[in-house]
Amino acid sequence: MEKKNLTCIGCPMGCQITVEFEGEEVFSVTGNTCAIGDKYARQEVTHPERTVTSTIIVTGGDKERCSVKTKGNIPKEKIFACMDAINHVKAPAPVRIGDIVIENVCGTGVDVVATKNVSL
Amino acid sequence: MAARNSYDIVIVGGGPAGLAAAVAAKKAGTDSILIIERDKELGGILNQCIHNGFGLHTFKEELTGPEYAYRFIEQVYDLGIEYKLDTMVMDISRDKVVTAMNRTEGMFQIQASAVILAMGCRERPRGALNIPGYRPAGIYSAGTAQRLVNMEGYMPGREVVILGSGDIGLIMARRMTFEGAIVKVVAELMPFSGGLKRNIVQCLDDYGIPLKLSHTIVDIEGKERVTAVTIAEVGPDMKPIPGTEERYTCDTLLLSTGLIPENELSRGAGVEMNAVTSGPIVNEILETSIPGVFACGNVLHVHDLVDYVSEEATRAGTNAANYVQNGCADEKSGTDIQLVATEGARYTVPSTINVSRMEDNLTVRFRVGAVYKDSYVSVFFDDERVQHRKKRIMAPGEMEQIIIQKKKLADYPDLRTITVKIEAE
Amino acid sequence: MYDVIIIGAGVTGSAVARELSRYKLNVCVLDKEEDVCCGTSKANSAIVHAGFDAAAGSLMARFNVRGNEMMDDISRDLDVPFKRNGAMVVCINESEKDGLQELYDRGIANGVKGMQILTREEALEKEPNLSENVVAALYAPTSGIICPFILNIAMAENANANGVEFFFNTEVEAITPAVCGRSGDPIWKLRTNNGEYKAKYVVNAAGVYADVFHNMVSADKIHITPRRGDYCLLDKSAGNHVSHTIFPQPTKFGKGVLVAPTVHGNLIVGPTAVDIEDREGNNTTAAGIGDLIAKAGDHVRNLPIRQVITSFAGLRAHEDGHEFIIGEVKDAPHFIDCAGMESPGLASSPAVGEYVGAMLREKMGLEEKEEWIGTRKGILNPANLSIEERNELIKKEPAYGRIICRCEMITEGEIIDAIHRPLGARSLDGIKRRTRAGMGRCQAGFCSPRSMEIINRELGIAMEKITKLGGDSKMVLERTKGGAQ
Repeated sequence: MEKKNLTCIGCPMGCQITVEFEGEEVFSVTGNTCAIGDKYARQEVTHPERTVTSTIIVTGGDKERCSVKTKGNIPKEKIFACMDAINHVKAPAPVRIGDIVIENVCGTGVDVVATKNVSL
Repeated sequence: MAARNSYDIVIVGGGPAGLAAAVAAKKAGTDSILIIERDKELGGILNQCIHNGFGLHTFKEELTGPEYAYRFIEQVYDLGIEYKLDTMVMDISRDKVVTAMNRTEGMFQIQASAVILAMGCRERPRGALNIPGYRPAGIYSAGTAQRLVNMEGYMPGREVVILGSGDIGLIMARRMTFEGAIVKVVAELMPFSGGLKRNIVQCLDDYGIPLKLSHTIVDIEGKERVTAVTIAEVGPDMKPIPGTEERYTCDTLLLSTGLIPENELSRGAGVEMNAVTSGPIVNEILETSIPGVFACGNVLHVHDLVDYVSEEATRAGTNAANYVQNGCADEKSGTDIQLVATEGARYTVPSTINVSRMEDNLTVRFRVGAVYKDSYVSVFFDDERVQHRKKRIMAPGEMEQIIIQKKKLADYPDLRTITVKIEAE
Repeated sequence: MYDVIIIGAGVTGSAVARELSRYKLNVCVLDKEEDVCCGTSKANSAIVHAGFDAAAGSLMARFNVRGNEMMDDISRDLDVPFKRNGAMVVCINESEKDGLQELYDRGIANGVKGMQILTREEALEKEPNLSENVVAALYAPTSGIICPFILNIAMAENANANGVEFFFNTEVEAITPAVCGRSGDPIWKLRTNNGEYKAKYVVNAAGVYADVFHNMVSADKIHITPRRGDYCLLDKSAGNHVSHTIFPQPTKFGKGVLVAPTVHGNLIVGPTAVDIEDREGNNTTAAGIGDLIAKAGDHVRNLPIRQVITSFAGLRAHEDGHEFIIGEVKDAPHFIDCAGMESPGLASSPAVGEYVGAMLREKMGLEEKEEWIGTRKGILNPANLSIEERNELIKKEPAYGRIICRCEMITEGEIIDAIHRPLGARSLDGIKRRTRAGMGRCQAGFCSPRSMEIINRELGIAMEKITKLGGDSKMVLERTKGGAQ
């Protein structure tokens, strides 16, 4: 059985939560003071996920960088692989908000999309 | 000279506050609106806030800063609202003559019927903090670094120490990490962080970056470029405790130590200021001491959520439109009720309420001065306690609000003062 | 081979350079920094002292009073912001009142004009924010405030415009006497990191390093101590707190912590006085700033010390005898010292230039150039123009329509001028000292990325090579995304 201490992000309380779990199975969540903490802790120890935001190189546009994000959350352990993929993108201008710049990044099933318009 | 030299509403600043105010004023029926923005695009500081988490209240989804800004920019386009970019407002006079300048039109003056102040805020620089040491390259405010990294595409450094745990500093800790830098420590003078819990977890804890509360910087080394900084723990008197010094080699120091509303123009116009917020004193319609001059967003008081900026600016825009459409007349009657923040509450926005002009449910925003757990937000109508709401936690970093109902005030015709305070029980 | 090499492009070296530029002469200035005005000249009180402080009969007294007299012409000819705001030495202790009379008498002996001893009432009438405890004050109307950067830069620019060469990033490592192969005359050889320079005469205006160079050529050693002074600069909103330069009564440790308006409308408080070893040790210290904050209110009431926008430290070149050493070194002919240039060195600089110029004219039998131009126009400040004039300017030069520094309202046009004029700026601090961009309350947070773009465009220096103050002081280290374009 594993034991993990987390700080809840649900509200400014920042409850210190202890989760006991093994693999996908959570045995106990303690230290939280509301249901949000319980839900957060279970998700965080079994499937921690994050949205990654960064920038890509744009060529031939009115800006040299364009901001991007993963369209949804990706597994936390894939953040740096995702960053690496993002760092290798060179998109020609124009770029529009929502344009897919990487499909299915690192096999997560999530696309990386532009969050800013770059004109020619 | 400009093609036109008078507008019903001139909005100073094309960031989130200015954009929302413009959209609201237009929707409220005023057509003659001009936004003046000093940067090369609309959107203000949101353009460099490429992280997500914006818009949950306004759009019920999580957007990045540029996306959030674009939702409003699109409306400005669609509604045909005029704007000028790369244009600096140099002066606003008491009688609402706005003097501005740009490369193509030179210096020009515009007579406005109403002015909306939406200039935002700026970061507190190192100098204001009296941090001792050398003055080499490599010391940036977090926001300047954010612009360099996110918009211009340059890395200010590779080994980073951050002073201050404001949200921009936390966000930049993660951004610099993503771009390959090593963030060694975040030092925070106060015994609590001014940033959101979510940012502490997802920007620091996720990457093993230590947050040292009650710590400050006591030395900066490096004559050309930063080579090291020393931090030390501070006692209850905020003075460094000898013997607690820790030295970190680094090439960059980022400062995220607070935001200051940017009110040079407001002061120049003669607007009365609130010493606590460093923003204008406003009444229930977000109007400053000068009739027809309104303020909203971070120029009024520093917000932590852009959604609240948009909401506040929408009110300012609507109220400015009403003011213009009512022939710029001050249509209030009766006396103003004073709002007083005390015992834990640091300030309120607005500062006064005139019942004849107020909305049915007026949102009054305030901040607390320290962390309060299981305490009460209490509202007193003169000496009578009329609201007493328990909050599990309140922190200086998070804005609080109360609602004052117009119909309730009808029961208190002689009310002079509404007091907001924090009570233990 | 130069006729004269001046070591140091600070205010003293630049003053000498300008005076020598009058003559048919081959002159150059060497400085180890990337720009003029990088040492003591850039970090001081910016006061043109009246001259009552220095001991009667001293060189300090003589050059101070003469330099002060010259400052009206200099500031007019070279377009340097200067104002005679007057100084007050404030006595807050009945028992120390005699000290004011002593200062007054010394001032008279030194030739200071217009001084008065004021009663408490008179003093408070002139300066309402003086301490409640004021007993009396010495008033010296000839004391002034100046922009120390522009005084230094203007003299250097003017010297350069009249033919004096400047070599930066050039550090003198050794000075040896030699004989000219052609004429057989004695010369000086200066070994630097940028090769060897030779000259018939050397002027040593090296600030806190002046003893090092002096001691390379003379057996009669001198010793200079870097005396560090911390300062706080307050926001322009505090700039009117006092209108005169307010001094405490001097002690054996110096003139004490002054409070003064600056010529640009800020308020300056300082300096402390700490003797150190490191000649580059211009770091502020917590103790120093704490000391300033504690002392600043002694003579001025309600000082808004929380309005600090920056703090900095400067090093005074304190010579053991607390006296200027100016003149030819006895056992090193043709080697001219301008050493020990601590306060009142800024005020004295034009007089030191005049003196050294006259001395060399005599010794070298110099002839004046017919074409010498003694005036210099500063960077145009559009804020002084009417709207109509400003628009004329912007029509011709649109860059004057774009504000780069929001705090000081400095335009792109001014920055471009600062870059392209003689001895132009190459770094952010160079731009700052010439235009004030970055000197305001946000301390360059807003304008640095914008100023960097202008340097990049105007000088073709890659963004990653742009520095704050030369050397390794790079502003950014690389592009994101692995350095790719």
